[in-house]
Amino acid sequence: MITKKLMLYFPKSETEKPIVYHLVKDYNLVINIFRAKVTPEEYGYLVLDVTGTDEDIRRGMEFVKTLNVQVDESHKGMRWDEASCTDCGNCISHCPTAALHIPDLATMKIVYDSDLCVECLSCISNCPFGACSSIF
Amino acid sequence: MKTYEQINAKIETGKAVVCTADEIIDYVERKGLAAAAEEVDVVTTATFGPMCSSGCFLNFGHSAPKMRITEAWIDDVPVYCGIAAVDVFLGATQLRQGDPANLYYPGEFRYGGGHVIEKLVAGEKVQLFGLSYGTDDYPRKEIRTWFTISDLNQAVMVNPRNCYQNYNVAINCSDRPVYTYLGLLKPNMQNLTYCSAGQLSPLLNDPLYETIGIGTKVWLAGAQGHVYSEGTQHSPTVERGANDVPTEGAGTLALTGNMKEMKPEFVRGVSLIGYGVSLAVGVGIPIPILTPEILKRTTVRDRDILAPVIDYSRDYPQKTGKVICQLSYAELKTGEVTIKGKTVQAGSMSSYSKALEITYLLKDEIKRGDFLLSQPLQSLPRKQGMMGLKIVDQNNREVRR
Repeated sequence: MITKKLMLYFPKSETEKPIVYHLVKDYNLVINIFRAKVTPEEYGYLVLDVTGTDEDIRRGMEFVKTLNVQVDESHKGMRWDEASCTDCGNCISHCPTAALHIPDLATMKIVYDSDLCVECLSCISNCPFGACSSIF
Repeated sequence: MKTYEQINAKIETGKAVVCTADEIIDYVERKGLAAAAEEVDVVTTATFGPMCSSGCFLNFGHSAPKMRITEAWIDDVPVYCGIAAVDVFLGATQLRQGDPANLYYPGEFRYGGGHVIEKLVAGEKVQLFGLSYGTDDYPRKEIRTWFTISDLNQAVMVNPRNCYQNYNVAINCSDRPVYTYLGLLKPNMQNLTYCSAGQLSPLLNDPLYETIGIGTKVWLAGAQGHVYSEGTQHSPTVERGANDVPTEGAGTLALTGNMKEMKPEFVRGVSLIGYGVSLAVGVGIPIPILTPEILKRTTVRDRDILAPVIDYSRDYPQKTGKVICQLSYAELKTGEVTIKGKTVQAGSMSSYSKALEITYLLKDEIKRGDFLLSQPLQSLPRKQGMMGLKIVDQNNREVRR
C-alpha cells in the first residue's frame, strides 16, 4: 500500500459524477480530501491523498482521466516562497502537521516539507511576510 | 583594557579579531575570560523583527512649477506633509487609503507604509499623488508622478524605537481568538509568540549600555547608520536578573540611516492579520571589547535570558501588570513549552536566523576594514522608568472611564 498526494482538475462538465465514490468502491482506494471546490459550470479542483496498491491507484487515475479530469502529481496547493520567508518562525505554532518546521535550533531556519502539508492554509493568513500562498 | 582608537587602528589594518555574539560564547569558554578579552576586539550583535516605530523622511526635489505639498499619498498610503514643501514623512504602520481595517474582522492588512518602504529600498517604482492649496511662490495644486528611490534627493530612515532590550511573550488565556501585533493567539493558551533575538540581541549583550550610546555607529539594514537618541519608552529601571539582564522590555534605541544604502532583504513590509501593517528591519551593532567585564556580558546565553509571559486577551490591553510566568529564550526556541501544566506551541515574530546572518555580515565588514566603531557622544540614560497616560479633565482631575 502506498499513499499519493494528488490534485485533480475538473472541467466544467464533469462535476455531477460521483468520482470519489467510484474511487473508493471500484478501485479500493482510501481517500483523504484536503481541499475541494467543485461547482457546476466552473472549473473545480480536489486536493487529496489516495492510499491503495500501486495498481489500484494507477487504474483509479485511468478512470478519472476518462472523465476528462486532469491528474497532477507534481503540484501542491500550498506554496512556500523561500525567498520571501524571513525565518521569523511565526508559522511554527500555526502549522498543525509540522510541515513548516525548524530542524536546527542553532540556525533557526524554516524548512517546508510539502509531503506533510494538509493544506489547512493557516500559514497563509498568519505569515507576516506573505511567504505562503495558495495556487487556487 | 583597550580603547576605541586602538580597536579602530586594528580594524583599519585588517588585524581586528571579531566574533559574533553566538561564536563568543564557546570562544570564552575555551580560552578563558582574561585571555579572550586580550584577543577579541569586537563582538557583533544583531536583531531582525517588526519595528513598528519606523518610518522615513523623503525629499522629492522641486517640480516646475513648484509645489508646497500639503497632502500626499505614496502608492495610496497617506504620508505626513506638515514639514517643508517637498519633504514628507512616511510611517511604517500607516494603512493604505480605503483599507477596511478591521471592518471585516479580522482584517488582512495586505499593504501599508512598511510595504512602500520595502518597495523603495528594493528600487521599485511607486506613485506619488499630492495636493496643495497653492501659494504665490508655490503655485502648483496637484501632482501625480512615479518615482524610485534613486529619483529622491534624500531617503532617510528613522526608527524612534528599535532594538527593544527584551520583550513580552504573548499568550491568550481567553476562549476566543485574539489578533495582536504578535500574531494570532489561539484560545486557551494553545500557542504563544515571543519576539527577541535573545543571545544575539544588541542590548542583551550590553545590558547596562556601557558601549552602546548616542552616536554609536550601527549596521541598519546594510547601511551605516547611528543611534541618534534613546529610543521612545526607554525604561532601564526594570527588574533585572543577577547578570543585569532585564526580565522585561527595558532599554530601546532610536536609529537612523540612509535608505539608499540599505539591502532589501533586511527591510520588509509586515502584514499582521486583525492588527495592521508594520516594517521588519535588521540591525547589527558592534560591541567593542574594552574590558573583560564587557566581554563577559556578551557571553550571555538564551538560557540565561528570561521573558515575561503576558495574557494579551486581558492583562495586556487592560494594563493590569500581571505576568503569568517567565520563560527563557532557550525554552521558547524549542517551539514547545509548558505553562500551568499545559503544552503550548511557541512561535516567534523575530528572526533569529536573519539576526545570525547580520552578525556575520557585520563581522565581515569589520574584518575587511569597511566598518569602524564610534565612541558614543553621550550615554543612554540608566535611571528612568516609563510613565503611563493619565486621563484628566481641564482641571487636572482624573477621569475614570
